[in-house]
Amino acid sequence: MELNAKIPDGPIEKKWEKHRFDMKLVNPANKRKYSVIVVGSGLAGASGAASMAELGYNVKCFCYQDSPRRAHSIAAQGGINAAKNYQNDGDSVYRLFYDTVKGGDFRSREANVHRLAELSVNIIDQCVAQGVPFAREYGGLLANRSFGGAQVSRTFYARGQTGQQLLLGAYQALERQIGLGKVEMYPRHEMLEPILIDGRARGIVVRDMVTGELETHLADAVVLATGGYGNVFFLATYAKGCNGTAAWRSYKKGACFANPCFTQIHPTCIPVHGDYQSKLTLMSESLRNDGRIWVPKRADDKRPPGAIPEEDRDYYLERIYPSFGNLAPRDVSSRAAKRVVDEGRGVGPTGVGVYLDFADAIERLGEDVIAERYGNLFEMYERITDEDPYTVPMRIYPATHYTMGGLWVDYNLESTIPGLFVIGEANFSDHGANRLGASALMQGLADGYFVIPYTIGDYLARTKFEPLGADHPEAVATVAEVEGRVKRLLSVDGKRTPTSFHRELGQIMWEYCGMARTREGLNEALGKIPALREEFWENVTVPGEAMELNQSLEYAGRVADFLEIGELMCLDALEREESCGAHLREEYQTEDGEAVRDDEDYSHVAAWEYAGEGKKPIRNVEQLNFEYVELATRSYK
Amino acid sequence: MKLTLHIWRQQNAKSKGRFVKYDLDDVSPDMSFLEMLDVLNEKLIAEGQEPVAFDHDCREGICGTCGVVVSGRAHGPRDRTTMCQLHMREFKDGDTLWIEPWRAKAFPVLRDLIVDRSALDRIIAAGGFIGAPTGSAPDANAIPIPKEDADLAMDAAACIGCGACVAACPNASAMLFTAAKVSQFAKLPQGQPERYRRVKAMVRQMDFEGFGNCTNHGECSAACPKAISLDHIAQLNRDYLRSSLRADRRIVSEVGAG
Repeated sequence: MELNAKIPDGPIEKKWEKHRFDMKLVNPANKRKYSVIVVGSGLAGASGAASMAELGYNVKCFCYQDSPRRAHSIAAQGGINAAKNYQNDGDSVYRLFYDTVKGGDFRSREANVHRLAELSVNIIDQCVAQGVPFAREYGGLLANRSFGGAQVSRTFYARGQTGQQLLLGAYQALERQIGLGKVEMYPRHEMLEPILIDGRARGIVVRDMVTGELETHLADAVVLATGGYGNVFFLATYAKGCNGTAAWRSYKKGACFANPCFTQIHPTCIPVHGDYQSKLTLMSESLRNDGRIWVPKRADDKRPPGAIPEEDRDYYLERIYPSFGNLAPRDVSSRAAKRVVDEGRGVGPTGVGVYLDFADAIERLGEDVIAERYGNLFEMYERITDEDPYTVPMRIYPATHYTMGGLWVDYNLESTIPGLFVIGEANFSDHGANRLGASALMQGLADGYFVIPYTIGDYLARTKFEPLGADHPEAVATVAEVEGRVKRLLSVDGKRTPTSFHRELGQIMWEYCGMARTREGLNEALGKIPALREEFWENVTVPGEAMELNQSLEYAGRVADFLEIGELMCLDALEREESCGAHLREEYQTEDGEAVRDDEDYSHVAAWEYAGEGKKPIRNVEQLNFEYVELATRSYK
Repeated sequence: MKLTLHIWRQQNAKSKGRFVKYDLDDVSPDMSFLEMLDVLNEKLIAEGQEPVAFDHDCREGICGTCGVVVSGRAHGPRDRTTMCQLHMREFKDGDTLWIEPWRAKAFPVLRDLIVDRSALDRIIAAGGFIGAPTGSAPDANAIPIPKEDADLAMDAAACIGCGACVAACPNASAMLFTAAKVSQFAKLPQGQPERYRRVKAMVRQMDFEGFGNCTNHGECSAACPKAISLDHIAQLNRDYLRSSLRADRRIVSEVGAG
């Protein structure tokens, strides 16, 4: 397949402006003649649905949760980046662009990242106008904090609940449009298949999760804002309901899946503690502003943290990366933690963890200041672990947190299926091989508020649409396909629960496709996953019926798709024979464990194309050109 | 730990529900309450029974999806804690727990412990927003906001919309939920233009949904996992009174945002 990224001509700082002028417009009176489906109601989905409705399009928005306000964007803690330079510390659009390209280890598209940096400033304006209560200084102006991978303070925040406040802002804008009748909201509805007619995305099949009914919804364009697929690891910081089904089903209908192996492992999560555990909890990266990460110098040092004197501690991030210290980027910090744990220097009852210590900061700033900055995070930590982080250092360890990979999109955020747009974490987007902290919120809102409202108009204006009914043969066939899958899940009637399969898949993925990958390991996983999938379809048990509220059925369908997604991730990891960002292949690293990129052969996006059941997918390539940021070895030392 | 659980089972909105007794052994004190329910459900599925349906999602206390009444207390015994953040170390070996859904006329039961809380969304749709269409905003620092006001707005904005306030209230009132949003915007300059029409519209929708009135019991704030203060209800009452004195400013849109 020929991948055309449709990057506009001209100098990078003019591309978006020029493109906005070149795109076709739909005149205000005609907008109400078009309909758009938005799947997902997180930052990207809610902001996109609200903004398109404000323009006058008829929008239908779907989410699996009971309310659009629950989407997992709500759990983002630390902040959102914007190149405002309010701190007068040398920030600029170009610097944010540069940091993001470098942070992504040169595996993202320059033009997209520059647009993201440009739009970052508008996002903050928009959110303040909506009443988002960002942190402020006594003078009444906005406060900033610094975040990993940057040497300027450009992160805006609302206590430790930035994602919540930004999402509520977008949710309220969405509810306003629902109240005005411009958006029809469908909570507790799960998309199970896109509907393609004459090669274009023209609708979706959803299951009403209360009644079990399968419904057909048709529109002129479909926007997926369904988040990432990180729950493939079972234990992750994602909400339990997050899944890859909408993206995966679209992949199997012709949307290319780009860089699936780029999954972010977040360095500061609460370590695993028991085999009944259902998820991992993130502790915001912002904690690394004031917390110092350390382990004992000696592997056999089992003293409690307070009894280990300064000279027996190894503040390894400060030691190895003196200029970024505890604020080294996520991939770098995570791998450093893994290395010290592998050396036997890990802490806590399982030995799989490192300390994040606030003693110095409390001494320097006082407990009140620390409580104001991180109070809710400390409380959350205490609730989970029964330890008081004001007196005992936190224990943290990396966990899966975000997927940089996702459906391939061009500059207009359109996938390889015409009319199917993908925004937010669901696309492969702007973060390359590693996302910097406080950039996910920025990208979700940039896509939703400021990109999709323009590019969708261009698509609608350029395309001629035939009127459709739910009785169209393609729509009927798609419903039948979904119905068949639901029936099949219910009829296996085996012995193992969906959870047990999911847990086993997660273990395979973490072991072989986690923080460090090898050829042997990935080949091993590529043998194990299909075998597990086969067992799933022979031995899974799904209680209950199709036509009722059935959480086991919902879950089983998602696990079935994870069992396929995991395989593609391993294949992608195997065929990317280099290390870059979050993707570390042990064969390609320096002596001290830093990633060794191969720009000659792998400075590209791998966009996988479905080739049919049982066939190896096709690896298409989009070459990445770096005209502005010089390809260089990333160094945070 | 061993526990005896009495859990509300109800097939769907139309059927009658009842408590069913389950015995659960091997409960670890480090489990969250929802992980305890996971363990029970795995056991039920293995025995060929239908698992207990309950709402949950983020499991880190912020999405507001989970919530059940445990032995008479919304979100269980620990203050300022959602179900997903409540750990079994709060209970004792041999305890008997009664687990049931939120009870309110405006929250019909959908199945077992799951209720329909969409009435809360409709209260927001009626007026819980600032009308600032995308692209129309001035520079974020154009209007300074005193830190105290921004902090108070944030206190109110911390509401997660779980509905525990409604479940805890003897009148099943949604006052705390509604007041938190009214109060957040009342504190901010951006919230002023729609301030009085907002409070009227939201209160009207709240009544329309069948929530009860506030009679100042304070159970809502006690049950609230984010400890939203009753002060916001006082703010709502003040604004509501003022709005009723502004007879010239009629609300054009009528009830029934959903």
